[in-house]
Amino acid sequence: MALNEKQIERYSRHIILEQFGAAGQEKLLSSKVLIVGTGGLGSPAALYLAAAGVGTVGIADADSVELSNLQRQIIHSTDDIGSKKTASAEKKIRALNPDVIVRSYNTRLRAGNISEIIREYDFIMDCTDNFSSKFLINDACYFEKKAFSHAGVLKFEGQLITILPGKTACYRCIFSSPPPADAVPSCSQAGVLGVLAGVVGVLQATEAIKYVLSIGDLLTDTLLTYNALTMNFRRVHIARNRQCALCGDNPTITELKDDSQ
Amino acid sequence: MKITVNGKEISFTEGLTLNKLLIRQKIKMPEMVSVELNGRILKRPDFDRTILKNADKVEFLYFMGGGSGTE
Repeated sequence: MALNEKQIERYSRHIILEQFGAAGQEKLLSSKVLIVGTGGLGSPAALYLAAAGVGTVGIADADSVELSNLQRQIIHSTDDIGSKKTASAEKKIRALNPDVIVRSYNTRLRAGNISEIIREYDFIMDCTDNFSSKFLINDACYFEKKAFSHAGVLKFEGQLITILPGKTACYRCIFSSPPPADAVPSCSQAGVLGVLAGVVGVLQATEAIKYVLSIGDLLTDTLLTYNALTMNFRRVHIARNRQCALCGDNPTITELKDDSQ
Repeated sequence: MKITVNGKEISFTEGLTLNKLLIRQKIKMPEMVSVELNGRILKRPDFDRTILKNADKVEFLYFMGGGSGTE
């Protein structure tokens, strides 16, 4: 795909980057990234990926916009309250960049539908808020061999890791199974600094772009933790876990299941 | 003796097990924490039999949800 004049102007700040050039921008325009959850993490990620010219942005979310979302979920506006999040996000992405094809999945991803959806994409972003979805995305990406970014946020802290299934440590290498229901407070119970979700979501988007362009070093085998109060970023090395039930030496998880938390 | 816990150095007396460290660090729900010792994730049953040594590096890794909406 050759860039037209408007695209050369729109993406000029990318194109002059040595690691991009016109070829890199064209690569981005033919890439497909799926964002699961258009909340605190997915909102900024979707906006930046759309602005960057990721050619196809998939957005999966079954929720509708609520007033309490707007403190951090910046793709949605006050006028969108009550609308489906996918519809709201799609509208903003189209307005921002007509180059982007938006594919909306107004459904919660489950064992029965996730594989065929993620198969269509180059890179998956876990921007969900619940552990059953996080484990489901990890397992589905492992079986489909899809690179993905995992992230979580709570209060003033966030963490993320990029996972190349079968090659680098997965989410289950760190956490073997979902926590019991209500054992871990959610953002609605414990609160979250809105801008923190933005920082972490934008870091996830950075990884998506680097993966698509094959530039730099991905955040693999490394959990990056960020504390907004202390402004400490810490990289914790994570080795692949040979006892991992999914990607270890003797896997016991061999098919997708819906975990009930 | 000294160990590093999530990047911070702490002093301890000999014979401290990981389970005791969890209590000492006031981890309210230890079952919600994954523990990495010197770069290796430990199995939960090993927490009580793992005795910490000088210069060990311990990382407590916490479950974090967050992100999207209301589900």
